[in-house]
Amino acid sequence: MSDKLFKIILSSSAVIILLISGGMVYSLTSGSIPAFKEFGFFNFIFSPEWNATPGNEEYGALTFIVGTIMTSLLALLFCIPFSLPVAIFIGEYFKGKRIASVLGTIVDLLAGIPSIVYGLWGFYVLRPLIVSLGLSEQGFGVLTASLVLAIMIIPYAASLSSEFIRLVPGELKEGAYSLGATRAEVIQSIIFPLAGPGIFSAYMLALGRAFGETMAVTMLIGNANIIPTSLTDTGNTMASIIANQFGEAGGLKLSSLIAIGLLLFIITAIINYIGKLIIKRRNQ
Amino acid sequence: MENLVEDAILRLKNVSISYTPGKNAVDNVTADIQKNSITSIMGPSGCGKTTLLRAINRMHELYPGIVTSGEILLAGKDILKMDPTEVRRMAGMVFQRPNPFPTMSIYDNVISGYTLNGIKKNNNEKDEIVETSLRNVNLWDEVKDSLTKKGTFLSGGQQQRLCIARALALKPDILLMDEPTSALDPITTTYIEDLLVELKNNVTILIVTHNMSQSARISDFSMFMYLGELVEYERTQKMFTNPSDKRTEAYLTGRIG
Amino acid sequence: MKISRYRNIKNKALYIGVIILSGLTAVPLIAILVKVILKGWRQINFDFFTQTTPTTLDAIYAINAGEIIPGGIANGIIGMLLMVLMACVIAIPIGIICGIYLAENTKSHLASIVRFLTDLLQGIPSIVVGIIIYIWVVIPMKSYSAIAGGVALSIIMLPLIVRSTEETLKMLPTTLKEAGLSLGASYSSVVFRVILPSAFGGIFTGILLAVSRVIGETAPLMLTALGSSAVQWDVTKPASSVSLLIWEFYNDPNLQNMIWSASLFLLMFILILNIFAKRISNKWRI
Repeated sequence: MSDKLFKIILSSSAVIILLISGGMVYSLTSGSIPAFKEFGFFNFIFSPEWNATPGNEEYGALTFIVGTIMTSLLALLFCIPFSLPVAIFIGEYFKGKRIASVLGTIVDLLAGIPSIVYGLWGFYVLRPLIVSLGLSEQGFGVLTASLVLAIMIIPYAASLSSEFIRLVPGELKEGAYSLGATRAEVIQSIIFPLAGPGIFSAYMLALGRAFGETMAVTMLIGNANIIPTSLTDTGNTMASIIANQFGEAGGLKLSSLIAIGLLLFIITAIINYIGKLIIKRRNQ
Repeated sequence: MENLVEDAILRLKNVSISYTPGKNAVDNVTADIQKNSITSIMGPSGCGKTTLLRAINRMHELYPGIVTSGEILLAGKDILKMDPTEVRRMAGMVFQRPNPFPTMSIYDNVISGYTLNGIKKNNNEKDEIVETSLRNVNLWDEVKDSLTKKGTFLSGGQQQRLCIARALALKPDILLMDEPTSALDPITTTYIEDLLVELKNNVTILIVTHNMSQSARISDFSMFMYLGELVEYERTQKMFTNPSDKRTEAYLTGRIG
Repeated sequence: MKISRYRNIKNKALYIGVIILSGLTAVPLIAILVKVILKGWRQINFDFFTQTTPTTLDAIYAINAGEIIPGGIANGIIGMLLMVLMACVIAIPIGIICGIYLAENTKSHLASIVRFLTDLLQGIPSIVVGIIIYIWVVIPMKSYSAIAGGVALSIIMLPLIVRSTEETLKMLPTTLKEAGLSLGASYSSVVFRVILPSAFGGIFTGILLAVSRVIGETAPLMLTALGSSAVQWDVTKPASSVSLLIWEFYNDPNLQNMIWSASLFLLMFILILNIFAKRISNKWRI
């Protein structure tokens, strides 16, 4: 095969990626336009209405945006006390040892479990637990969904941040030890500051993952189109309203759901971009 | 430097190479290389010897931004104007670290110059090429029963001989060697040096070496480069016993480099 | 002395705390596996793999009679295999070629843009991919279909394969490429006959991991393949997958028992793929 032909084939694969990405943005945007036109762009984003009665339809994304952000931020909060120790375990205390790779495998397995299985476990195991603890009548709600979501994002947060911790140069640590620092102090004053930005970006990426989670959240959040005001309230997220109502939707409702998809796409892309940007800065 | 060489297989004329505009890594080099000889290029790190060598088989094309000017004639052909892949079949290269193709057997490695180029040979022809090439590097007896095994189990010296065989299989006009023994132990190095002295009757060898004693041991002609310039080019005997340039003398006595 | 003691305690406390909390992360994994295995193994027999899903009525009769529910998830398994196959056919060639492109063009502007877009694609929530494919495939075809499901999965797989191919290629020593080129071979010849074979292990591992990622996907398939109660070989019609079946079972109070067996099957499949991938990546290290 001639060099020219080969280079053309390589470049065309790049063009395909361009077309797919561009096409996605285009389709999401054009599909959303009817909804934005009808309700106004900012009105749509900030409206908590979701009324499907024919003749009186009014849709807005606020309920779901709040639900998504609430559950994801809570999930992040809940996962930190577990993913951070795991990262320190693998990246520092037991770095390079067999037990670290065992833990790494366990964490990888957690990442491999499909969302729907998490949802099932949350529904059949966690929910009754929450009910029996008296926290909520039915067990659905922001709390339950966030707990399961937290477990789901532990692997993403832990494995990436463990990498940054692992990469802290030995010479710097030795410098601190030679001044009489304890291991905890080395972790606190050398490792964290250096790996900090990387760890932060790992959590950004985990947050982005949480935003997009669908099945597990749908099964546990209660699917109530209200804005939750407490942990035990039910609510809804952007991903779950789409999953629940897309099937029979048409016309204005369909366009509104697509608009919510567009918003989800944008929010996730921004968070992921921030996360990756920090990693890139580090590499330079 | 005129008429140093009677039968030139390679002619370099005002060759300059730069990585960044305005700064020449190789500066205006002119030299003729004698056919069926061993010519060594010596000099301290950064003097441009490897850069010069890699220009001859157009390896610089792989890295954008490198500019080569001047004229290089190999067997009478202007190689800077030819298709790079054709040039590379005329000038074989052996690298510093042995690099047999890890997923191919020894047999396939030796014949790879043909298979990669899509040149079809029938099985008899291929067998002959492989055996001749391996015999030429004194490797045939050692590997003739393991031709189908992958080359990675061989020792460093054997791997390097395999790479030489692979390059020679294409019957190139010149063999370019980039510090081929620097990764090998002294005994293996001697073995390969003896091999090169044998091989020069069949192919011209241009060898970049960091080790001036190697140059003294095996080369017929020596080039000394310093900061991109070809400082001196002489018969090895003469250069080592009576260098003309002060810088050459400083290098040979260890004051620079 | 007081200061030392405090520092000592802090040091030990951190160490113990890290170990305990790390150990606790294994708990959900074990809890989920135990639950799925205990509740799921009973329903698994030969029929499970070969028969299609039972109706609600069948289930009610069986439960009343104290027997296990008849039927199986054959329609889900076939559908899943068909859609994953289609996804592979689309994503593997494009993904590998794009990976080669990125590994060979580290500095060009176009390559940086493509790299950025690949990262973007990797982060898209799978449900949004479902929406897109609904618009691109389901609406024009006027029907849900296995094709739509396959295309959706291919978009999820694509960035994973591109990235793993690029990473694997970048780890190969440059002298490999140079040795091939120095023999006068054409660029494409060196890529296909020297570089790709050497990178095979890493690339194959990346593909296996991408596959294990998509077989568990449910959300995008809800919007593209919809589901089907019979084994469906016609790819232009709606199709089922094991994950979709789990969702259906979940929504039907009488089919609860099937949930766990289907989940067990899915988890085992994913586990085997991951073990296989790890074996291969260890074996092919150059």
